[in-house]
Amino acid sequence: MPTRTYSGHLKHLAAICDFVTEQAALAGLDEAQTYAVQLAVDEAATNIVEHAYGGEGRGSFSITCKVTAEGLKVVLKDGGAPFDPSSVPEPVTGVPLEELKSRGLGVFLIRQMMDEVTYQFGPDGNKLTLFKRK
Amino acid sequence: MEIQTTEYKRCTVIKTSGRIDGSNAPQLGEAFKTLTEKGVFNIVFDMTDVTFMASAGWWVLIDTQKTCKPRGEVVLANIDKGIRDSLKLVGMGSYFTIYDDLTSAVGSF
Repeated sequence: MPTRTYSGHLKHLAAICDFVTEQAALAGLDEAQTYAVQLAVDEAATNIVEHAYGGEGRGSFSITCKVTAEGLKVVLKDGGAPFDPSSVPEPVTGVPLEELKSRGLGVFLIRQMMDEVTYQFGPDGNKLTLFKRK
Repeated sequence: MEIQTTEYKRCTVIKTSGRIDGSNAPQLGEAFKTLTEKGVFNIVFDMTDVTFMASAGWWVLIDTQKTCKPRGEVVLANIDKGIRDSLKLVGMGSYFTIYDDLTSAVGSF
């Protein structure tokens, strides 16, 4: 169950993608499932970097991958401010272009891409658990 | 991020490769902004070599589309299937005309 720790910088996104891609292969996910994991984890990591500690360049976070018989579990942990993704409303789409707003798209993608998304906040901070079934 | 810009008679093509995520989407945004500030509003984004697109990238395209329409528009060319599926999943596909190849995209203007 490998764990990698990253400082709060967006420059780590490519390495994070490589890490989960490697684990997705071990879990036996197909190409579409792997892309879904890549996208969800990228969005989650970006949110941590940009919001958990008040901006990029602060704090750190860890990503743990667990290959199971059913698929791949990815756990992101950070010690930043509480952030419950379920509190973010879904973006409104299907509206005229000028009315589209950016807020919430990342969280929405996470929910759409993964089969299970759970969130906990405790003494150690935020824990976001993502699961993709193969 | 390497960004190539090619001017045609009726449109300009912007092309990049690899990943587009939060770390480099602003740079892509600046490239589009350079065009629109020069009065270029017919733009083809050639995605032939784009392997990954996070929401930050989509928002660059949406913001550019808001600037370009109705005088012109941003069209997308040659999107990888995985990226196209995620675009449709989040309901953003309807805001862009998507072409399977660059020639068709350029020829649409």
